[in-house]
Amino acid sequence: MREVGEAMGPIVQALKKNRLAVIGAGILSVLVFIAVFAPYLAPRDPVELNLAERLSSPSWDHLMGTDAVGRDTLSRIIYGTRVSLMIAVVVTMIEVLLGMIVGMTAGYLGKAVDEILMRIVDVLLAFPGIILALALVGMLGPSLTNLVIALAAVGWVRYARIVRGSILSVKEERFVESARAIGCGNLRIATRHILLNIVTPIIVLATLSMGTTIISIAALSFLGLGAQPPMAEWGNMLNEGKPFMEKAPHLMIFPGLMIMITVLAFNFLGDGLRDVMDPRLKEKVEV
Amino acid sequence: MPFLEIRDLHVTFPTPAGHVRASDGVDLEISEGDSLCLVGESGCGKTIVALAVMRLLPHSAIITGRIRFKGEDLLGLGESRMRRIRGREIAMIFEQPATCFNPVLTVGDQIVEAVRVHGERSRKAARERALELMSMVGIADPIKRYGQYPHEFSGGMIQRAMIAMALAFEPALLIADEPTTSLDVTVQAQIIELLADLKARLRTTLLLITHDLAVASTLCAQAAVMYAGGIVEKGATRRVFKSPRHPYTQALLAAASGDGSGVIRGSVPELTRLPEGCRFHPRCPRAQDICREAMPAIEDGVRCHLYQHSGVTA
Amino acid sequence: MTGDLAILERKDGRGALGTFAVGGPIIEVKNLKKYFSSGLFRKKVVKAVDGVSFEIAKGEVFGLVGESGCGKTTVGRCILRLLEPTSGGIRFDGLNLLALKGRKLRTLRQRMQIIFQDADGSLNPRMRTRDLLLEPLRVHRRLDGKAAERLGEIMEMVNLTPDLADRYPHELSGGQRQRIGIARALSLAPDFIVADEAAASLDLLVQSQIVNLLERFRTERRTGYLYISHNLNLVRRIADRMAVMYLGKFVEMGPTEAIFTEPAHPYTDALLASVPTLAADRRPAPLAGEPPSPLHLPSGCRFHPRCPRAQPLCARLEPELREIAPGHAVACHRVS
Repeated sequence: MREVGEAMGPIVQALKKNRLAVIGAGILSVLVFIAVFAPYLAPRDPVELNLAERLSSPSWDHLMGTDAVGRDTLSRIIYGTRVSLMIAVVVTMIEVLLGMIVGMTAGYLGKAVDEILMRIVDVLLAFPGIILALALVGMLGPSLTNLVIALAAVGWVRYARIVRGSILSVKEERFVESARAIGCGNLRIATRHILLNIVTPIIVLATLSMGTTIISIAALSFLGLGAQPPMAEWGNMLNEGKPFMEKAPHLMIFPGLMIMITVLAFNFLGDGLRDVMDPRLKEKVEV
Repeated sequence: MPFLEIRDLHVTFPTPAGHVRASDGVDLEISEGDSLCLVGESGCGKTIVALAVMRLLPHSAIITGRIRFKGEDLLGLGESRMRRIRGREIAMIFEQPATCFNPVLTVGDQIVEAVRVHGERSRKAARERALELMSMVGIADPIKRYGQYPHEFSGGMIQRAMIAMALAFEPALLIADEPTTSLDVTVQAQIIELLADLKARLRTTLLLITHDLAVASTLCAQAAVMYAGGIVEKGATRRVFKSPRHPYTQALLAAASGDGSGVIRGSVPELTRLPEGCRFHPRCPRAQDICREAMPAIEDGVRCHLYQHSGVTA
Repeated sequence: MTGDLAILERKDGRGALGTFAVGGPIIEVKNLKKYFSSGLFRKKVVKAVDGVSFEIAKGEVFGLVGESGCGKTTVGRCILRLLEPTSGGIRFDGLNLLALKGRKLRTLRQRMQIIFQDADGSLNPRMRTRDLLLEPLRVHRRLDGKAAERLGEIMEMVNLTPDLADRYPHELSGGQRQRIGIARALSLAPDFIVADEAAASLDLLVQSQIVNLLERFRTERRTGYLYISHNLNLVRRIADRMAVMYLGKFVEMGPTEAIFTEPAHPYTDALLASVPTLAADRRPAPLAGEPPSPLHLPSGCRFHPRCPRAQPLCARLEPELREIAPGHAVACHRVS
């Protein structure tokens, strides 16, 4: 564990130099803050109906206006941050775990096991992810839990591929052979030597994928297959705001903006991470 | 007038870790048709000198001094004029030749490119010249090899291909940077023979850079030994290698002879933190007080206080 | 070669504890073969090592020379079971190495180590020097809680200054990295070390230091070495006996000096003649042709296409390794 922390040091340093990455990280910190302290930040209860004030434009009273049943948009946006971020994190964690298990098994055991597992991965990759997730949620029934299950069930494959690839290349590295020569057992080699060296591509992929995951969550909720009303979630809000697109455009603009900003932030950060980690190009002065 | 004359060459790289003094006052001359080897361990600056002559150093490098080639100061030339010299009058072959070839183009195409860049030849004439060059460097069955890709060439052959590219215009000066290093010993012997042969036939002046003293002594009449960015001893190869005077040269030769002598403690200093006075003094078995204070000047081909006519006696 | 036997007497004079082998060979290799198969249905076979036999006595340095593709690196790896031999027998201090498994094998590894050629790849880039140096002892639980002390000892043994302990491999010079690789192998005080081009990529002066270190260990601890190298001068300096390898087989084997002064096999001869000398009294005489690829083995004697003394027989029949002088064997039709 200590090594992971130590390995992060120079990465963070290098990251600071990348302007976009810093911006992305900054935005994300704000979003996380909002998500964590949502109950204290939201001026009103996100599910509180107030029919008298329905469809009102942004004003000092309701900074982002109200929706069709009078709920304060700003509060819903704030609570929506929670949902989006949390779900995205949970989905990503499950994906990474599943992907790692499959990828490591395939990479380590090789031969037949590898072939079978990778063909399964190939088949899944052939389907457009969102359609498959759609079908899954359709089968399981619309709910947030099922959304998580569907997205994770579809998304783990890209991690499996990357993990397997990394394992294959790291496995052949001299230092793994050296560890075996010293007398390290398989478990120690897997955790100490191989794992640490495959962590970077996973982190990069996870960060970059967060954006896609958030969009998927919003998309499926938009279609009514994810977060169910009255839960406040950006995709939901887009759906609910659709009929009022001309009369009250703010109902779609604000959630749309939030999705865009969040995804951009993750992408900036992810790009920065990839540039920093991915081959560590250092200016070597050949003398 | 010497063919190639390097005077007081200083090459510095500003890096976050400090200024890297890769070349710190290098003076060299080579006469036309002669051969000089620049020997030293890694990090001593020998490749930098070669790159300076070719003007291939990165823009961040700070270069001062003079490099005169046939009377012209190369450091003062404009880039377009330099480009006409590079490859035509001065050519360079590099270490690890496989990395110098584009893996997705055939070897033949790449040699042709070298030919066409400088001459306005028709495709046909260029191809013929390329085939001619390939047989000149001893590549068997050049027509078949022409259409092959770099990965189909063995180490020795790809080195020959690189030599072919370099000699396309029969340059007056050939700079060879570690041409035999990554090769098997029998192939190394073949390349040495090839270089010696071509040098004699085309009357090329050779600047050889290597850490292998035996290869250097086989190919070059003159030698210059470098340490930590500066030249410590130079002169006729035979004399320098047979009766080395500088303690570093002596250690190198003792180590190369393989009899177990010449063990010097410590390691090469980092070029950002060079010692005061003589660069070698912290490791020198014969260091005196003056060595710590003042850098000796080159006198009679050796830069060492032990041999200065003023001051300390050996 | 049978070892001497010694009888261990009880201290109280009431008899013997047993008979032990003392001074037997540390390594015995019999007819080692390693084939690599690739391609669909495993059709393409590369016979990297094709029947090699030799012994290394305790405290002896055995040099193994040859060009790229000859299989010398594979031999080294097989002896340590970093690669599984296709067939053949390997004994380590009398123990059948190929019969060991799992924990028994791993524990035995303390007694046989390898020093890799380029320490650059053999050190985990995410580990600091101190962790790399202590890892072998840690894995075998020999630290006894004295990590700091042992670290100091190990670093001093290979001349690494203490301030380097916190550095990562990429922050060190090639010589320093190599010394870490050597320290890792030596820290377990093994009885046998495979040095695979251990000093190859290093500068001359650093090479000297490293070789000195290895020799010191040999004299102090009677460590046996298999020194794999293409640097003939180095092998001449440190090896007691040596073998010349070509396309998976030994073509000559015997005492180092004998081979250098009177090489019997044409390949050995050509190899020695190819090495440039410092005195430069002659130019190295190149051998025609390219070092061969083990994918296309010539018929009969594997060296015959390049051999200046080849006869028609050489293309038909493969010569056996035969003794021409005590301890000196050659595989060549012209010499017997």
